[in-house]
Amino acid sequence: MSASTTAPGAPEVYFDPVRQAHRRKRARRDALVGMASLLGFVLVVGFAISRTSGWPLVQETFFNGSEFIATFPGLLDAFLLNVRIFLIAEPLILIIGLLVALARDLRSPLLLPLRVLATLYVDIFRGVPTILVIFLLGFGVPALQLQGVPNNAVFWGTAALVLSYGAYVAEVFRAGIGSVHSSQRMAARSLGLTSLQTSRYVILPQAVRNVVPPLLNDFISLQKDTALVSVLGPIEVLRQAQIDASSTFNYTAYVGAALIFIALTIPMTRFADWVQARMRKRRTMAGTA
Amino acid sequence: MTDTLIDISGVWKAFDDHSVLRGLDLSVDRHEAVVLIGASGSGKSTLLRCVNGLENVDAGHITLDGNLDVTGFKTDMDVVRRRIGIVFQSYNLFPHMTVLDNVTLSPRKVLKRSAAECRDQAMTLLQRFGLAAKASDYPDRLSGGQAQRVAIVRALAMEPELMLFDEITSALDPLLVGEVLDAVRELKEGGLTLIMATHEMGFAREVADRVCFLDAGVVLEQGTPAAVFGSPQEEKTKEFLARILK
Ligand SMILES: Nc1ncnc2c1ncn2[C@@H]1O[C@H](COP(=O)(O)OP(=O)(O)OP(=O)(O)O)[C@@H](O)[C@H]1O
Ligand SMILES: [Mg+2]
Repeated sequence: MSASTTAPGAPEVYFDPVRQAHRRKRARRDALVGMASLLGFVLVVGFAISRTSGWPLVQETFFNGSEFIATFPGLLDAFLLNVRIFLIAEPLILIIGLLVALARDLRSPLLLPLRVLATLYVDIFRGVPTILVIFLLGFGVPALQLQGVPNNAVFWGTAALVLSYGAYVAEVFRAGIGSVHSSQRMAARSLGLTSLQTSRYVILPQAVRNVVPPLLNDFISLQKDTALVSVLGPIEVLRQAQIDASSTFNYTAYVGAALIFIALTIPMTRFADWVQARMRKRRTMAGTA
Repeated sequence: MTDTLIDISGVWKAFDDHSVLRGLDLSVDRHEAVVLIGASGSGKSTLLRCVNGLENVDAGHITLDGNLDVTGFKTDMDVVRRRIGIVFQSYNLFPHMTVLDNVTLSPRKVLKRSAAECRDQAMTLLQRFGLAAKASDYPDRLSGGQAQRVAIVRALAMEPELMLFDEITSALDPLLVGEVLDAVRELKEGGLTLIMATHEMGFAREVADRVCFLDAGVVLEQGTPAAVFGSPQEEKTKEFLARILK
């Protein structure tokens, strides 16, 4: 409707060239001033810090170049284990989260046990600190020496993360399902779709879309929490840094480990921001329909 | 010799101790277009929702085509809803699907028809209501009038025997009401049986075979549009019409 009001042959957008030049100039000036201000700030703060009496010791302990070069490759290597834990845990968390969310909303009286179980699961695992679950499973289960049950620390550490995060993600999914207006269910049912078909084709696709941003946040949090598995002993990046630090009494390896985590979470955070902004835009557009 | 399609008899329905329908009777013949009028809160929406089983009645019976008891304890409501279509005031299109997918979803999943067949049928219907160009758009790109016509097409794709319209033009910009009413007129001419709640008295007068005035949970007065609008018998009807036609 909007474009059709202009005369045929007229351009879609038109700027007065003088106005446009002025606008460009101002944008360039703003960018320059911003950069100069930021640079000045960094220089002043950097200079002030480097002049404090404690700085040489801080630099020696946390930002030691040769120490960094010596430990960083080993840290990267160890970090592969964190990546593995994350890649295995995340899909399992999504599956468990979704199934538990669905189970909590079951209405059939025959399936009441499932609903009760799912509710209990969420109540328990949301209440207990993740690190406690890791201790319980990682040290507790192998101590039972059960036949046919793995007693490998990485396995139980990952399982503990999955159980802990599964409870959170279940609640995220449930909030997503609740955010789909009830008129959507009514419309689907009135077209003859069964309750199951309605969930599958109408409610869930919308619910999942609504919870992508909070899910991405949980992913970021999980990336960091893979380091918790270190308490069980496997040499992942934090454990490796600990080993390095304790042999030299230098903490540069910890800083190296922190850099590795940051290098992974920053792109993920930016991606989450981008997704959120895009969805907000879509929603405001949809709001006019 | 009449040919009753839907028979509503003695239907009661209460919400929290407040009876909205109080033993309401209404029977609609095949190919008939019945318009429900009445004050806000008189139970028009509730009645329509009971007819296709979105609400359970408290007492009474609703029978479709003499063979399907909508109010039966053992009735499969999914079967009822396949045979009775409903369109709401708020179009309730599925925002994550294109117009075409909105229309083909239930024929594919409920009637188990092939995707190609559903597509052809949907395109024919969209064409008929001037929406063919919108087939691959998402609902957020439609005007209110287009969205409501898509909702009508979506209900039609299930080939219902009876169609219920609940104030389908109330949410629309006045400029867009006409195109939706044209669609209803077209359905009426095609011989579909219709029950619609509306506040568009001019339209009711034009397309209705029969106008029913709902008050206090019953059909207080009914007759041809000429009779009900021209010479209403009941005081309540006169008051209502005086208010709304003013
Ligand atoms: N789900 C519900 N729960 C509780 N009360 C309800 C529910 N649905 C309808 N009601 C009540 O029932 C009464 C009749 O409502 P209904 O929507 O059927 O009226 P209506 O004739 O369609 O009115 P309108 O012209 O405003 O659409 C109203 O008082 C309303 O508040
Ligand atoms: Mg209503």
